[in-house]
Amino acid sequence: MMPERRDFLLKTIKSLGLATAGGLVWAGFIEEGRSAPLILRPPGAVPEKQFIASCIKCGMCVEACPYDSLKLSQPGDGRPIGTPFYIPRTTPCRMCKDIPCVPACPTGSLDKALVSDKDKDGELIFNISLARMGLAVIDRETCIAYSGIQCDACYRACPLIDSAITVEHTRNVRTGKHAMLAPVVHSNACTGCGICEKACVTKKASIFVLPVALAMGEASERYVKGWEERDEERLKDVPEKVITETPRSDKKAVDYLNEEVF
Amino acid sequence: MKRCFDEFVGAYCNTPLQHAMDMRKYKYLISRRMTQIAVLFLFFAGNAYGWKILRGNLSSAKVLDTLPLSDPFAVAQSFSAGTAIAKDALTGALIIFLFYAVLGGRVFCGWVCPVNMVTDTARSLRNHFRLDSSWKSWDISRSMRYWVAGLSITLSVTLGVAAFEWISPIGMLHRGIIYGFGFGWAFVLVVFLFDLFAVKNGFCGHVCPLGGFYSLAGRYGFLRIGYDRDKCTMCMKCIEICPEKQVLHMVGSQSGAVLSGECINCGRCVEACDDDAVNFSNIYAKKQSVGSR
Repeated sequence: MMPERRDFLLKTIKSLGLATAGGLVWAGFIEEGRSAPLILRPPGAVPEKQFIASCIKCGMCVEACPYDSLKLSQPGDGRPIGTPFYIPRTTPCRMCKDIPCVPACPTGSLDKALVSDKDKDGELIFNISLARMGLAVIDRETCIAYSGIQCDACYRACPLIDSAITVEHTRNVRTGKHAMLAPVVHSNACTGCGICEKACVTKKASIFVLPVALAMGEASERYVKGWEERDEERLKDVPEKVITETPRSDKKAVDYLNEEVF
Repeated sequence: MKRCFDEFVGAYCNTPLQHAMDMRKYKYLISRRMTQIAVLFLFFAGNAYGWKILRGNLSSAKVLDTLPLSDPFAVAQSFSAGTAIAKDALTGALIIFLFYAVLGGRVFCGWVCPVNMVTDTARSLRNHFRLDSSWKSWDISRSMRYWVAGLSITLSVTLGVAAFEWISPIGMLHRGIIYGFGFGWAFVLVVFLFDLFAVKNGFCGHVCPLGGFYSLAGRYGFLRIGYDRDKCTMCMKCIEICPEKQVLHMVGSQSGAVLSGECINCGRCVEACDDDAVNFSNIYAKKQSVGSR
């Protein structure tokens, strides 16, 4: 082999090798960083996987937020670096009607269409109650209302009172003579703003916001609630016939007896 | 006293007072520091005081709430990660790309990027303590930046995130200054120590993929350093001071313009030259331009 050719080949192999080594370390760092699912995004955020791909980390939503609720994550926070989030217990989302953070986004990571109604001309009109930043979850063991004490702090604080949080009157079985006024969150209305979490009076909030994907389960599609009028409609996208085939054995039953086991 | 060369202030420091009086020796350096700091300050004020002149940061910004600007390399990574680029980001990226492509060279690196101040400090210390004569620098190729740029795109495709933006010390630094550092200072310190102890001009001159990107983008731009062989007395001060020495390969042999896109157009060589042989010029000025690297 000619010496120049050998040199060239070695150089290429070295560069490729080093690039692979560097790339693997780099990729490992990225994979670690993005496996942090406990993060609440601004209103109108596209799904998390898409969000971390498209967010350019410019912080303009953070600047636009009039209540300083949004923060840009810093290295060491354990969240994808440079992306926006909020912590409800300290500064919840105040659900501005004009949602200033959304139009500030240059990349469409905050998508106007996800927090807007269409008017009759097809124009998008902001409607903050469509936001699904997260879902409030109640810890019944520590919520004092569930112990029979009258507290409706979260219910009163909720911007979507009586639709996102309602209070259920039940009998207090423990005392036998009092009422129980227990808050209940409804996922079809809760935006995850976290004002309830901020308002909660217990030492550590007993109602708190989790990302929707973490807070909710998913029902099997064929389980229809017959007592709910339109629940059957969920079936319309499900294939009608599902045939499960288990291949029959070629052997006869008798063969089993004749087989040597030991 | 032995003469030492202080590149941070761009002069021989055996007669600091004398040099400090001669402001012409610093005009580009001072202008560069002023632009670098002004851009950062405007971004900072945008967040802290609500000024509307410049909002956002170096990744993406808005001028006077109307003109969008975006880092074209960040947008390219985002696109590679499988994102449909929104109108604002795309417009902004095109504006910035065309601006630097037409202007030429790596004007971003020399005049805007805040990491330039960090690496210049490292180099100034290196020179001040004459570390180069004591240690051998690591042997790293200058074309490594193109590999890292390629790797940024490849990783963006495979992992579905903008890979360099995820670890970029540039981002850590300007976001840190504008929105708060967190642990980000560590990334910046790594760059500083790498430049100080491992490789001279290490990060900006060898590793940074954004620099690689702008080298390619600014290859055919307008603004160039011109060299005049007839005036040159071969003192080699320009080569000594240049952070990208390979672009001045024609010095001592042939008049011409610096054609490599790797030149950051910092103007240090112009300041260093006592013979008026090196000056800012343009790509059309000297027809006898010698070939690039």
